[in-house]
Amino acid sequence: MFRLRPEARAAVRVTVDGRDVSVPEGASAAAAVLLAGADAIRQTPVTGAPRLPYCMMGVCFDCLAEIDGVPNRQACMVPVREGMVIACQRGARVIDPEAA
Amino acid sequence: MSTAQASDAVVIGGGLVGAAIAYGLVRKGLEVVLLDEGDVAYRASRGNFALVWVQGKGDGQPAYTRWTRASASEWPGLRDMLAEATGIDTHLQQPGGMHLLFSDTEVAQRLALLERMKLAAGNHGYEYRLVEGQELRDMLPGVGPKVIAATYTPYDGHVNSLKLLHALHRGFVAAGGRYVPNTTVTGASAAPGDFRIDTAEARYATLRVVLAAGLGNRELAPHFGLQAPVVPNKGQVLVTERTKHLLPMPTVCVRQTDEGTVMLGDSKEDKGFDLSQTPDVMATIARRSIDSFPWIGQLNIVRAWSALRVMSADGFPIYEQSRRFPGAFVANCHSGVTLAAAHALLLAPMIVAGDLDPMLAPFTADRFDVPAAA
Repeated sequence: MFRLRPEARAAVRVTVDGRDVSVPEGASAAAAVLLAGADAIRQTPVTGAPRLPYCMMGVCFDCLAEIDGVPNRQACMVPVREGMVIACQRGARVIDPEAA
Repeated sequence: MSTAQASDAVVIGGGLVGAAIAYGLVRKGLEVVLLDEGDVAYRASRGNFALVWVQGKGDGQPAYTRWTRASASEWPGLRDMLAEATGIDTHLQQPGGMHLLFSDTEVAQRLALLERMKLAAGNHGYEYRLVEGQELRDMLPGVGPKVIAATYTPYDGHVNSLKLLHALHRGFVAAGGRYVPNTTVTGASAAPGDFRIDTAEARYATLRVVLAAGLGNRELAPHFGLQAPVVPNKGQVLVTERTKHLLPMPTVCVRQTDEGTVMLGDSKEDKGFDLSQTPDVMATIARRSIDSFPWIGQLNIVRAWSALRVMSADGFPIYEQSRRFPGAFVANCHSGVTLAAAHALLLAPMIVAGDLDPMLAPFTADRFDVPAAA
């Protein structure tokens, strides 16, 4: 479904849910999710439904992911970086109320 | 224009106040038309904070405290009724509510207020207590060090107010009510028990008319020998991303919704019909929220809006039947969520009976009349 354009830029290595994937420099973390062929990048907090990136422009919030340990980030708004760890956002964010 | 369409009652205003009253009227067997304006309306019902709140309400007017308490007591019945009729869960929770206090002065003022209200409540009782130290931290996880105490009352709670509005509309239609959206009242004529309401599309003839158009009541009321001197009061709201449930009960300024977002609010500004959001007020709300619960500072804000409260000069509601044109009623308040149960289950039957209970006598609009200078 997704193929790299011929004028391929330098590759950046990231992991998507533990899977190594190589993506063009400047691409978004959401693009990496799609390139990795992940089944879902989050489960919704209310019903647990699986979701993948959709609008790719910061509007729909369906690409929320845990990126480098920070939960609920809009993956389509975050450019990839060498070694970035992108993980599934399972349900609502968990906060330790005493850790603030 | 088509010939007049007859009904037992026309309710003008499809927000929480109008929809609750209309729902109560159809449940009593009336043929009811509910006229709802379009998105040009200010729609306080879609911008509110969704508290079912009792604590501190009615200082100087015990009838308002009693009316608010009555609604909070009726709320579980309304929830069950709506769930059965529509399948919609309004997510009512009534675990009690907290008012956070940041200084000794605030503590003293709050205790004086609640003691005054307890005295005014007399035999009705008014339970409250001051919560401090470890008990406060146990009751409100992650409460900030700047919060020195809080007052707790057992009557408070919250709902999902969008689901409430949806359920009222759906329940109204399911019970045979006629909902007319995107319509504006263009004219009206009144005689006792015989009202004509004109919109661009139709004329409605009705035995009763209920004005529940929020800020729009101000213009509508004089057609019916009534007055509704209400003005807008702006509130701004911030909403965080969803988190696993942390807050077991609401506070006046911070509450966690049934779906996990945290709502931050309770600003009050007199800016007319200006709905703009302003960074200074948003920053103040955010700062106070983090003072209340420092963990909120870790959360992203995902939405923000402002809406207009419908305020009378003394902050209490307006309920009145027109003396000149009996059958015409006005209903205004700034607590359409809290009072939804009272409107559907207590006020609507009074409107059917054609007689407002004496308990509502303190809420007529003539209390605002200024005696003419001698």
